[in-house]
Amino acid sequence: MNHWAFVIAAYAVVLIGAGGLAVASYLAMRKAEAAADAMKGKK
Amino acid sequence: MPALHAFANPARFLKIARPLTPVLFWAGAALALFGAYSGLVLTPPDYLQKETVRILYIHVPSAWLGMGAWSGIAISSLMYLVWRHPLSNLAARAIAPAGAVFAALCLITGSIWGRPTWGTWWEWDGRLTSMLLLFFVYIAYIALARADADRGGDGRVPALFGVAGSVLLPIIRYSVVWWNTLHQGQSIGLTSSTIDRSMIWPLFFTLGGFTLFFGGIVLMRMRAMLAAQKVEARMRRMAQ
Repeated sequence: MNHWAFVIAAYAVVLIGAGGLAVASYLAMRKAEAAADAMKGKK
Repeated sequence: MPALHAFANPARFLKIARPLTPVLFWAGAALALFGAYSGLVLTPPDYLQKETVRILYIHVPSAWLGMGAWSGIAISSLMYLVWRHPLSNLAARAIAPAGAVFAALCLITGSIWGRPTWGTWWEWDGRLTSMLLLFFVYIAYIALARADADRGGDGRVPALFGVAGSVLLPIIRYSVVWWNTLHQGQSIGLTSSTIDRSMIWPLFFTLGGFTLFFGGIVLMRMRAMLAAQKVEARMRRMAQ
């Protein structure tokens, strides 16, 4: 098997893993902070 | 130490974390992408491993973060046990899933690298097995911390687990010295390296980039957890 296939597979895994982690963390932060801001007005 | 205690105040922490989050994240992503591009395009192939050596530029930073993140959990847990700062407990819990992801990426990229280099996807040797154990310890910590939070625990049990788990770090580090292993020995030290200069330089970009990127992710997770705590506290007050 061509060596580049292994290299591309490894880089793709890291891109998907790290990218997925970043997106999930960002969305969780945005959702939680929006909920906290929405609660500010309520007593 | 008083300066450190000052950061344990959530309001003060958020004042610093809000502007720091995008800086760490984007600087880290840019450095990591530049390092990865350089490793793929600008460096020569290895005389023995040929093109597969390029996996080094993502495998080593993943291993560094997989192990470094547990060091962060252990230090935060120790700080929580000694000084009872809630932010230390929060930091440990925020680090864990990100550390688990990078430990998994280290194992997967190592496996992909192993197939053309060693002729096998997996070998039960000291380095690979101890790293796999660390990944399972991450999963156990995440489950324990979640269970503790769900039953209203004070976080001491996960903190003790976080400190105890650090025993794995020297085992992983010295596994290539203590046991005969397929995994190569240490090739990068603090003052010297066995890797040629023409090949090693992008690694410093990916190492720095991944670390900053990780810092940004941890800050995002801590901010999310602090906001969730704020909502929960307010709802509890409203229910009374």
